[in-house]
Amino acid sequence: MLQRLFLAATFIVAAIGNAHAGMTFDAVKARGMLVCGVHTGLPGFGAPNEKGVWSGIDVDLCRAVAAAMFGDATKVKYVALTNSNRFTSLQSGDIDLLARSTTATLARDTTNGINFAPVNFYDGQGFLVATKRNVKSLPDLRGATVCTLSGSTSEQNLADYNRIHKMSFQAIAFEKIDEVVSAYNTGRCDVLTTDKSQLGSLRATQMTTPDDHVILPETISKEPFAAAVRHGDDQWLDLVKWSLYAMIEAEEAGVTSKNVAEKAKSADPNLQRLLGVNGNMGKALGVDDKFAYRIVEQVGNYGESFDRNLGPASRINLERGLNHLWTNGGLHYAAPFR
Amino acid sequence: MTLRATDRPSGVPWYNDEKTRGVLYQVVLLAVVLFVGWWLVSNTLRNLEQRQISTGFGFLWREAGFAIAEQRIRFEPTDSYARALIVGLLNTLEVSAIGIVLATLLGTVVGVARLSTNWLIARLATVYVEVVRNIPLLLQLFFWYAFITQSLPGVREALHPLPGVFLSNRGLAVPVPEFNEGQAWALVGGAIGIAASIFLARWARKRQDATGQPFPTIFAALGLIIVFSFIGWLIGGAHSALSIPEKSGFGFSGGAELSPEFAALLIGLTVYTAAFIAEIVRGGVLAVAYGQTEAAMALGLKSGLVMRLILLPQALRVIVPPMTSQYLNLFKNSTLAIAIGFRDFVSVDDTVMNQTGQAIECVALIMAVYLTVSLLISSFMNWYNNKVALRGSTR
Amino acid sequence: MSAMDHTEEPVVLAPPGLQIGPVAWCRKNLFSSIPNTLLTLLALFLLWKLIPPLLDWLLFSAVFSGSSPDACKDAVGACWTLIGVKHRFMLFGFYTYDEQWRPLIATVILLCLICGSGYPKFWGKKLGVAWLIGLPLFGWLMWGGFWGLPLVETDKWGGLPLTVVLAAVGIVVSFPLGVLLALGRRSALPAIRTVSTAYIELIRGVPLISVLFMASVMFPLFLPEGVTINKLLRAQVGIILFTAAYQAETVRGGLQALPKGQYEAGNALGLSYWQSTLLIVLPQSLKLVIPSLVNQFISTFKDTSLVLIIGLYDFLTTTRTAVADPAWQPFYVESYAFAAIVYFGFCFSMSRYSQFLERRLGAQGRR
Repeated sequence: MLQRLFLAATFIVAAIGNAHAGMTFDAVKARGMLVCGVHTGLPGFGAPNEKGVWSGIDVDLCRAVAAAMFGDATKVKYVALTNSNRFTSLQSGDIDLLARSTTATLARDTTNGINFAPVNFYDGQGFLVATKRNVKSLPDLRGATVCTLSGSTSEQNLADYNRIHKMSFQAIAFEKIDEVVSAYNTGRCDVLTTDKSQLGSLRATQMTTPDDHVILPETISKEPFAAAVRHGDDQWLDLVKWSLYAMIEAEEAGVTSKNVAEKAKSADPNLQRLLGVNGNMGKALGVDDKFAYRIVEQVGNYGESFDRNLGPASRINLERGLNHLWTNGGLHYAAPFR
Repeated sequence: MTLRATDRPSGVPWYNDEKTRGVLYQVVLLAVVLFVGWWLVSNTLRNLEQRQISTGFGFLWREAGFAIAEQRIRFEPTDSYARALIVGLLNTLEVSAIGIVLATLLGTVVGVARLSTNWLIARLATVYVEVVRNIPLLLQLFFWYAFITQSLPGVREALHPLPGVFLSNRGLAVPVPEFNEGQAWALVGGAIGIAASIFLARWARKRQDATGQPFPTIFAALGLIIVFSFIGWLIGGAHSALSIPEKSGFGFSGGAELSPEFAALLIGLTVYTAAFIAEIVRGGVLAVAYGQTEAAMALGLKSGLVMRLILLPQALRVIVPPMTSQYLNLFKNSTLAIAIGFRDFVSVDDTVMNQTGQAIECVALIMAVYLTVSLLISSFMNWYNNKVALRGSTR
Repeated sequence: MSAMDHTEEPVVLAPPGLQIGPVAWCRKNLFSSIPNTLLTLLALFLLWKLIPPLLDWLLFSAVFSGSSPDACKDAVGACWTLIGVKHRFMLFGFYTYDEQWRPLIATVILLCLICGSGYPKFWGKKLGVAWLIGLPLFGWLMWGGFWGLPLVETDKWGGLPLTVVLAAVGIVVSFPLGVLLALGRRSALPAIRTVSTAYIELIRGVPLISVLFMASVMFPLFLPEGVTINKLLRAQVGIILFTAAYQAETVRGGLQALPKGQYEAGNALGLSYWQSTLLIVLPQSLKLVIPSLVNQFISTFKDTSLVLIIGLYDFLTTTRTAVADPAWQPFYVESYAFAAIVYFGFCFSMSRYSQFLERRLGAQGRR
């Protein structure tokens, strides 16, 4: 009896499921829903609120892709992934897109069977330590116990730094970020290390009094975060890439969710191509020509997304720094829409 | 309906013949197993190829690039993944071995306590067993870990119950003798002591068989081992230097440290498994007919001797097989280490898996390693069981 | 007791006060010898040291009201405010907030079915019908998607309903598998015996975590392109495959305990293998192992907590997540205590039930 129900359930569930590798684009289109792998809960990047509504800069990328594909940013199903199962989930076709503050590296790009989209957030690894320890810079931390995430680039960078500078750190690695934080909060370790943006987010949201903790000035690594798709999934990668570029380009062109309808009437040929008034840019990608219009309308441009999730409007209050547009001294630079 | 007979009566069609059917069933089963196996393997290979995931165990020789906090053999991030996995395996074996010994001791005490004539003690033991058995081990591990890290003071305020001993949320730091070549002599002495004890035990057994006079073998053996080790230590130059932990910077330097992760896992495994072992011990003792106790008491043996000479040897025969499966459970349960950040084999393997993306190889490694060690443990216990059973039957 | 009135009735003298009654009971059970007395005193001392502070923490000094951690700022006892504030999340996880009455009713239905099946009095056809109605009802409540209930996908399921589902489905589906494996292991046909034995020993030799890893990481690679199964189902399949091997060994115990005469009688009657197995062997041997099966259910129930490691929000995960919030972090003991009480409630009642069955069936079955 139960088996029969279970079988029926299997079919229902399998029907919701997924993906032809290499044909993700068609599979997503046919399903009418994007399955996006995100963080288990990192405020500012990807985290659900009490009602289970997701937000964050990675989540915005998922929404942008959904808006480009379906004209509706809400057609996303989020799958929360840990550090350990993110790549295997993508490889196995569980998710269509991995947008989980993942550093692009050569090894991951090649041996893990995945391909990275352009960078959507530039980061670097830093150190968080309690103010009362009186630590001013990294060399003061010799011999400290450091908590980090297992299987992350942070863990490897820490080992490298330790080796070069003979810091005799004791590294303790945990599976999930909340385990790392609780180990730090209970004093199991002296220092918490991960990417600086994450540290900012954790300091603001996970510490009882944020002012009791300080992020050290040193940055010991480059951490370009990028979304990833399966290897050899070219058409799908194109869509993800240009959805992100649309957000960046929109910011550069001064198009925001507020003024997008107005800007579409502009005579500027660049804007016309971006917002789908002419140029058939969407057709080339296999989606509606107004895909960028929908993204900006429903998700906003890159700057809006940043401000909402990480900037002064959020609890995290992060400097934009490297994440400014290239015109403002940052690194974000979209390829032209033509 | 077919008669179960080797010869097929005439008139029964071939497909109703029992032998033919047996062969048929087996052929069908093997075909199904082979087909499913082939189907899975070919799917997997196709998927791997399509996604350009490399296969094979070659990755094991690549540089690991991460550090392991707890190591019994030297491990640097420049070492290979294979060495990292060995470090993890040694950690697993260490915690399991100590856990098995402690759980056996605690379990036996509790099991005997449940049979105590003292009402209060028996009740307390029962409460312990019922509570511990009915709460998931993972929850208990979380509790112990949180208890250790959250209720013990930080390094600077570390408890200092004995000179050189520090208890803090970084774990327990204790002094250890500084090892040098002279102390190898102490080990040699210890080995001689053990050898001497074995001879002594043989002699004592023979004498008891011949004359009936018992000999306090256990105390004598302990004495022999201690004395010989001490002599060895003196010959080696009587080094008495201790490495004493001291607060320095962020932690302790010197001495030996027991990490909170290790401690929580060890306590959790011991406490949990002991509850099951207690039930086995109780069952084993109860299984020995009460007449045996009465007979022993009638012979004038003291109750301690009744337990040691009459009850336990007989109970062992009942106890050993289920005990084996508890030991195996403890060993397999040690994999829960991953949830509290202790670097056991699975935890290291998990890190390797997500650094290299070699999921299939890594899961296969876990299975192979645990299967091998499980088989080793159970064959050892079978050997022991046969020994116990044999002695019982020849007497 | 010792003070008896003298009446006209023939006098039956009570034994002297020191040989019966509470005092004598104490003497016999607590103070029979010097070591015993010492043990008793030690135990009493420990209890005196432990119980009052524990009760104080649990009840007398505990905080029961309030809606934020501030309510417990000066509390010396437990902060049950945590449970008051977070119990919905602990029990149901991320299940759509306004729909949480559904898993509540669904779980109650499932638990009623399970408990009902426990009473030997109800064993019969009606029970089957109840399950046939109850299970689709359960599925409908949890998933919804038609007849007016909005769809709630399995990745939103969490908390206690998830734990109960994983355990209940795991045990029910693995049971027939286990029976087949047990029969296979005792089969006279070498190939069947080898395959069954290999499966059972392989699974019993590896930790559950590795099976769950395999389910969560490798299953998708095993399947042909385009076919995937979701995370919950994968974990469920892992639990079923794992439990089946253990069930098989339990059932095999029952098969071995059955006197040989029963098998021979079946053969003598000219019954085929399946006839004698289904009509004679299984009904008797399964009855013998019912208590062990209940114990198996307890282990499976506890083992479901391991799905935490592959990222499912079972009851243990939700109680942990509830105190990940830094403001509530100091109250981890309360959340673990809550989880422990719930798990204990389930497992202890099941183990009592198994003992009850053992006595009852033992009384019937003794030959």
